[in-house]
Amino acid sequence: MSKQYETVIGLEVHVELATKTKIFCGCSTAFGGAPNTHTCPVCTGMPGSLPVLNKQVVEYAMAVGLATNCEINQFCKFDRKNYFYPDNPQNYQISQLYLPICHDGGIEIETAAGKKVIGIHEIHMEEDAGKLIHDEWDDCTLVDYNRSGVPLIEIVSEPDMRSAEEVIAYLDKLRLIVQYLGASDCKLQEGSMRADVNLSVREVGAEKFGTRTEMKNLNSFKAIARAIEGERARQIELLEEGRAVVQETRRWDDNKEYSYPMRSKEDAHDYRYFPDPDLVPVVISDEWLQAVKDRQPELRTEKLERYRKEFDIPQYDAEILTGAKKMADLFEETTALCGKPKKVSNWLMGETLRLLKEEGAEPDALAFSPEHLAKLIELTDAGTINQTVAKEVFEKIFREDIDPERYVEEHGLRMVSDEGLLRAVVEQVIAANPQSVADYRGGKDRVLGFLVGQTMKQMKGKANPGAVNQLLRELL
Amino acid sequence: MANLISDETIEYVGILAKLELSEEEKEQAKQDIGRMLDYVDKLNELDTSGVEPMSHIFPVHNVFRDDVVTNGDDRDNLLKNAPKVKDGSWQVPKTVE
Repeated sequence: MSKQYETVIGLEVHVELATKTKIFCGCSTAFGGAPNTHTCPVCTGMPGSLPVLNKQVVEYAMAVGLATNCEINQFCKFDRKNYFYPDNPQNYQISQLYLPICHDGGIEIETAAGKKVIGIHEIHMEEDAGKLIHDEWDDCTLVDYNRSGVPLIEIVSEPDMRSAEEVIAYLDKLRLIVQYLGASDCKLQEGSMRADVNLSVREVGAEKFGTRTEMKNLNSFKAIARAIEGERARQIELLEEGRAVVQETRRWDDNKEYSYPMRSKEDAHDYRYFPDPDLVPVVISDEWLQAVKDRQPELRTEKLERYRKEFDIPQYDAEILTGAKKMADLFEETTALCGKPKKVSNWLMGETLRLLKEEGAEPDALAFSPEHLAKLIELTDAGTINQTVAKEVFEKIFREDIDPERYVEEHGLRMVSDEGLLRAVVEQVIAANPQSVADYRGGKDRVLGFLVGQTMKQMKGKANPGAVNQLLRELL
Repeated sequence: MANLISDETIEYVGILAKLELSEEEKEQAKQDIGRMLDYVDKLNELDTSGVEPMSHIFPVHNVFRDDVVTNGDDRDNLLKNAPKVKDGSWQVPKTVE
């Protein structure tokens, strides 16, 4: 009988914080500037420059720590992690080793197997590194320090996960928490959230952990799931062949679905951490901690509960709406304007999700204003436009955030209910479709829909469908 | 001198610090580091039980900046410090992951 193996996974998640400036200098963190235009002597590691801590970084780190049930170290400080690589101009990264800001927390995840708490070992603050671009032409490397010094928090989990499913559930939950706090947009593709996977396997029932590897370069949930499956299989194969797993850092190649050891010529893994003498300790008073606690926004679990009480919408809808901060914000803001939660939910759950799917976009990409959706709902409810036109106008709102009122006027899309006008068109349609008329009279009720459609077409979709129906029944 | 530094240790510390030392310099470094460790041993003789470990030599804490952009684009000036420049970037020898 073959052996049964268990996968043991811990994650190191790096999150880029949503501050306007870098962690230790007043340079902008804006994404996409021309190379090195957001740099100064501090973030390019010039001798004699002095880092000064961005207070907002401490507040975001505290907020994430509180939301993930961590203890806050009210006395914390920064240390230097020494390594030589051109993305790191100081030859050390400022991080926290001895007294990280948060420790011993955990979040609850839910998978098909039920609920489970994943422990959080610690959360620390640190700075990001610059970006290296390989120049094929001159066979050299170009360094852009715009990202050097962008604030990060690293969230280190306990080795509590046992499957890709649990890992995804944990990341999803963590991402939602951080997004709800406004501490980061957490976009895996753009690198504002990055996960390194520490994985080992052991025989079921074994007490000791197996030797683990660390996998990097995972930039989507799907890649993470595939990398976990791939690495698990690789390690089991080694063990079955009687060979040992080597503790090393591996790079996942999502196209080849295989991980490769990262070449680490002089990587001695000896970072010689020591306290950074340029930075003084951070003391978090009880008052400061309380102030951050009082400012914590409503998180998803509480929001779900409130939606259930406040709005008459199905549980399923509430779960989808609160599943992305952007959707929940749009829902609440639009509802506040028009007071019709059910209708707002319908537009978001229906057309919005459909159009997002069509474009392969995430809810974060939604850019229309709640005012315009609220107006559209009012226009439809007042009978100014019919449902067909409303869908067409919504697509315009979704893509270009147009003002529906003005758009309807400019394009003459008001619903036509004028009986005289509609009667004339319906008569025309009846005259033009003798076969359908005969079928209807012969008992084929379904043909009515076709005739309504023909009338609508003549009216460019603007007719009052109720009135058309009634007229057709009357005239046939 | 109580603390004797082995050749291997000096070699290793040299690699970590990216220093290439001559035989003479290695001997000198062994002496220097040995004396530093002797000094630490001396300090360790002190009874520090009940003394809170120090985190910083100045009795100062909570020096912060507000999250406001204060720096503009000073690229040209900064790049004057680069040994080589290309396309607005610092040019370095090829790095391989």
